[in-house]
Amino acid sequence: MSAVVDHHAADDHHHHGPQSGFRRWLFTTNHKDIGTMYLWFSFIMFLYGGSMAMILRAELFQPGLQLIEPEFFNQMTTMHGLIMVFGAVMPAFVGLANWLIPMMVGAPDMALPRMNNWSFWLLPFAFSMLISTMFMEGGGPNFGWTFYAPLSTTYAPPSVTFFIFAVHLMGISSIMGSINIIATILNLRAPGMTLMKMPLFVWTWLITAYLLIAVMPVLAGAVTMMLMDIHFGTSFFNAAGGGDPVLFQHVFWFFGHPEVYIMILPGFGVVSQIIPTFSRKPLFGYTSMVYATASIAFLSFIVWAHHMFTVGMPLAAELFFMYATMLIAVPTGVKVFNWVTTMWRGSLSFETPMLFSIAFIVLFTIGGLSGLMLAIAPSDFQYHDTYFVVAHFHYVLIPGAIFAIMAGVYYWLPKWTGHMYNVPLSRLHFWLSFIGLNVAFFPMHFVGLAGMPRRIPDYALQFADFNMISTVGAFLFGVSQFILLVIVIQCIKGGRKVSAQVWDGAEGLEWTLPSPAPYHSFTTPPEVR
Amino acid sequence: MASQGTYYVPEQSKWPIIASIALFLTVYGAGNMMNDMTHGTESNGLLIFFAGACLTAYFFYGWFGQVIQESRSGLYSDQMDRSFRWGMGWFIFSEVMFFGAFFGALFYARVLSVPWLGGAGDGASTHALLWPAFEATWPVFQNPDNSTFPGPKEVIPAWGIPLLNTILLVTSSFTVTFAHHALKKNNRYQLKLWLAVTILLGAVFLYFQAHEYVVAYRDLGLTLESGIYGTTFFMLTGFHGAHVTIGTVMLFIMLLRILKGHFDADNHFAFEATSWYWHFVDVVWIGLFIFVYVI
Amino acid sequence: MRFLNPRWSVPAAMLLMMASPIARAAWELNMTEGVTAVSREIFGLHMLIFWICVVIGVVVFGVMFWSIFAHRRSQGAKASQFHESTTVEIIWTVVPFVILIAMAVPSTGALVRIYDTGDADIDIKVNGYQWKWQYEYLGEGVSFFSNLSTPKDEIYNRAEKNENYLLEVDEPLVIPVDKKVRFLVTANDVIHSWWVPELAVKRDAIPGFINEAWTKAEKVGTYRGQCAELCGKDHGFMPIVVEVKSQEDYDAWLLARKELAAKEAELKNKQWTMAELMERGEQVYTKNCAACHQANGQGVAGTFPSLKGTDMMLKDRAGHIDVIINGRPGTMMAAYGPQLSEVDIAAVVTYERNAWGNDTGDMVTPMDIVAIKQGQ
Ligand code: HEA
Ligand code: HEA
Ligand code: CUA
Ligand SMILES: [Cu+2]
Repeated sequence: MSAVVDHHAADDHHHHGPQSGFRRWLFTTNHKDIGTMYLWFSFIMFLYGGSMAMILRAELFQPGLQLIEPEFFNQMTTMHGLIMVFGAVMPAFVGLANWLIPMMVGAPDMALPRMNNWSFWLLPFAFSMLISTMFMEGGGPNFGWTFYAPLSTTYAPPSVTFFIFAVHLMGISSIMGSINIIATILNLRAPGMTLMKMPLFVWTWLITAYLLIAVMPVLAGAVTMMLMDIHFGTSFFNAAGGGDPVLFQHVFWFFGHPEVYIMILPGFGVVSQIIPTFSRKPLFGYTSMVYATASIAFLSFIVWAHHMFTVGMPLAAELFFMYATMLIAVPTGVKVFNWVTTMWRGSLSFETPMLFSIAFIVLFTIGGLSGLMLAIAPSDFQYHDTYFVVAHFHYVLIPGAIFAIMAGVYYWLPKWTGHMYNVPLSRLHFWLSFIGLNVAFFPMHFVGLAGMPRRIPDYALQFADFNMISTVGAFLFGVSQFILLVIVIQCIKGGRKVSAQVWDGAEGLEWTLPSPAPYHSFTTPPEVR
Repeated sequence: MASQGTYYVPEQSKWPIIASIALFLTVYGAGNMMNDMTHGTESNGLLIFFAGACLTAYFFYGWFGQVIQESRSGLYSDQMDRSFRWGMGWFIFSEVMFFGAFFGALFYARVLSVPWLGGAGDGASTHALLWPAFEATWPVFQNPDNSTFPGPKEVIPAWGIPLLNTILLVTSSFTVTFAHHALKKNNRYQLKLWLAVTILLGAVFLYFQAHEYVVAYRDLGLTLESGIYGTTFFMLTGFHGAHVTIGTVMLFIMLLRILKGHFDADNHFAFEATSWYWHFVDVVWIGLFIFVYVI
Repeated sequence: MRFLNPRWSVPAAMLLMMASPIARAAWELNMTEGVTAVSREIFGLHMLIFWICVVIGVVVFGVMFWSIFAHRRSQGAKASQFHESTTVEIIWTVVPFVILIAMAVPSTGALVRIYDTGDADIDIKVNGYQWKWQYEYLGEGVSFFSNLSTPKDEIYNRAEKNENYLLEVDEPLVIPVDKKVRFLVTANDVIHSWWVPELAVKRDAIPGFINEAWTKAEKVGTYRGQCAELCGKDHGFMPIVVEVKSQEDYDAWLLARKELAAKEAELKNKQWTMAELMERGEQVYTKNCAACHQANGQGVAGTFPSLKGTDMMLKDRAGHIDVIINGRPGTMMAAYGPQLSEVDIAAVVTYERNAWGNDTGDMVTPMDIVAIKQGQ
């Protein structure tokens, strides 16, 4: 990374502080305020979607229908998936981007601060509309987060209309957010901050933003076609009129696969910031990391149909998507190897962010390897739509996306609040989460291979034992998340004051600002050598 | 006043939250109206939608008004100008992808699903067992289940109005460029003239488009319900028509601003952005003309 | 809280990670080898890829845990500053690539064989309904539905669950051993997916399209699977049971089936009494209608309309029959004309018009239905 010459850029404080009261949050144009709101919003959504998962796990504790009816179970599954993906993970990363990108590239704020605030405030409205569907006549969305037609069109409850518009709003929000991030990164970098000097978090977000702008509109297109089929008699997804239900799946997954990388690339960025810090050693292979990220992004556009191996595509298509999907292992591998090599012969210490990052590398790789197994089309005929898939994506999403977010929060929280968090408690949080999630999701590999389909409220007896274990682990993991809540609140309230540097090994512009970071980051741009 | 340094960071603003409420009301109202239409329920969707629409108009007016005012009072640096350019550029790209989804649907239907239903490729048994009567043609006049989805009697021929509309739109792309050059040369008269012409061309295009729809519905039986051809036809042309409408409105606002004396030879990004948008709408139409009408 | 001490946290992490592959080996819960050449090939492929992944994992994590163990600052490790090497970057790009090619070759072969649905001995059309399967032996005039047969009491924990809980049906699919059977898979309403692990056949049932799959079972026996695509409320309750019989047994079964079909056809000419119709009607109702309209006929508010005391039930006999035969296009109400015999339709209409206090006394006979069907 780059050293900073101009240090007093940091300590010129002649700016206005935040407004007081609720108006500060409603009307703010400040990247830190908006970042904070994004992060809190995403945490609330995480708790909400998680509670739904707890309902799922409770029902699946034993065979038989105990607590809820199948109809409601499907709604829980659907909402859980939607809320976690669009409500928890994506806003969390946008929150981190808001907080950090201006500080990392040496900018006063985001490029388009008002639009920034708009991007955020659309979300609460979108999600209240989405959640309100649960209380509408006929119930909420019950067709899975992948909402395949015609289950989501002809056979859907009336509330699907509001689901569709909620997705439109989320799309608008994400697109504006990405435009803002791109403009900030490309246009507001401090003098001397060349592209190849940018921290990897900034790089991964730049590429993620491009992914978002490219695929969010396609999702909007998909739901718009649904809307037409439902209300205006068109036949996009209806063979009777010359359409094809599978068309929906192609359009959805053209969005959906890049989406899963949207959920992991910023995580790669966070980990690439943390590993060097606590290895006290520069990141190994910075350039190759950038190219690897770019290639993953590129490949993610040509692999979508690996979610559709069983829909009966022509053999040629089947083969193409199998090969393309397998290829993604290569650049992802490069990243893993680079991280490991960064740690190699470093001087390692294991503060909480580092613990989460190490767990990230290990467990994400496990998830990635199971992904590779899924990519083998013939075997996927046995894996598809079983709990093996559920295991796969929770391994890449929880210890992947979620752990990366938590690592980032622990890493930058002192910079944000000016206080060190409660360290022993944070370790407890890590270990309980770590154990809980493995107990919850590892057995899912087994039940999946043994043939348990996903999205079922009740199952045959041979799956009983492992489902019981899963549920226990899930509740352990779930309850542990309260610890995080406590830690964050404690840390905001007070705690040991920290220096501007915070971590002895930390590199980058954000650490040249005092902790807590001033309301306006770099009011005069720093010189970067 | 938080605009230290070179880059202008605006004060707190009420517009974003108003904008969010506006969009929420609009779609919530629209949703209710559609559900009433389809499920025969009763709600005050229209009212909510109307409220939302008004609020939307209000925040556009207010928000852009403020930006214009800021820009004219010289708060913006070249750097800010670049931010706007990146923003508009990538916004247009996202629109391209939006259209891409619908073009994708068209290609999928024409190249894959319709032939399969007709027995081509892997579709042999689909055809034999499910739709023995169906013949794969494009345009599709007889749908697989023609009683639920009665196909169109005829479709719009390419070389009539569509060709005319192509000429209109392409011309308008030139006229707006002329206007731009005039603006760069500070020739206000030519600027107004060419801009007015562009708007006129856009309006005429829309008129013909509307006429085409009337014919389609009244005489040809070509409707949204007439199966995959009507489906893709109206989705693409309709979505494009909506964009032409927006573009025309934007151009009109530019004209008003110019009449009020806004813009000068080297400071007129709003105008430039609008013309970008107009070119984009034009290019999409070319694609439409070729893939929807001609081939 | 000693284990919170970072010095201990890391070895603990290592243990848990290492536990994973072991755990997998220890449990006998793996993919089934199945009873067809294809299923065995897939199983082999699965294990091959799995072990490759385990090796990769062990290597990568091994290196990592070594540095975690040996290069700890608490052990006074000094950080060296190297941070680039094009050679290693190239190596660890090329090596994985080669490994992937090694995986792709056998996968391609397997896929090609799976897709070869040519020259089958028997063609069976598999049709997915919400929430049951219909099997049609093409050219044999034999066709029947296959419903879940697990009693509600077991599902709601009012009775002991039997060992085939949720994997049992009233009428299993029957196929002969060692014959190439081709499945023509489609659906009537939403997308379903026909999956039997032991046959390694999973094909999505797409409404309006037919997907082909095939199998050649090598062992006589009963094989159980489930619907594998979310298809609404009872997606978890539409299992698949395949009985693989010896050729003779299969032929005998087919013959019996044909005779049964003939008898059924005869039934409609018989003189029916109200009581008989009500009795048969109740069976038909519980099998086909109760899933949505509920056993008490009151449906589910907002989703499935009630049949109790509604105008249609009490006043509109013709409309009632029409909805049953032709369904309500654009809603979940399917057309039962093609699904049910005239007898069954007559019976269920009679039942619905007289059950749950809809005491209209209307009696609809099979012949009425025949007449109406011809009328259309
Ligand atoms: C963060 C999200 C995320 C990420 C990163 C991934 C990563 C990958 N996923 Fe995953 N996936 C999901 C989220 C994600 N996935 C979700 C949510 C679903 C389910 C959607 C639904 O149906 O609801 C899904 C489903 C899914 C399927 C469909 C399964 C099915 O429904 O039948 C497939 C099939 O190919 C797949 C493959 C892959 C592959 C090959 C990768 C690769 O990117 C992994 C690459 C990483 C590695 C391979 C490990 C590290 C590499 C090395 C150590 C180098 C050496 C390795 C080798 C040479 C092998 N995924
Ligand atoms: C980032 C995405 C993400 C995350 C973080 C999670 C987190 C979890 N998921 Fe997620 N899951 C998905 C994405 C995600 N999931 C997706 C996309 C699907 C597919 C949906 C579909 O099929 O359509 C899915 C499906 C899915 C299923 C399959 C459902 C089915 O097929 O029917 C299950 C079942 O166990 C499950 C469980 C869990 C659990 C236990 C957690 C836990 O990690 C949650 C832990 C968090 C909390 C519990 C919240 C904090 C605690 C509280 C608020 C207190 C209240 C809790 C207690 C009382 C303990 N998920
Ligand atoms: Cu049928 Cu799931
Ligand atoms: Cu994918």
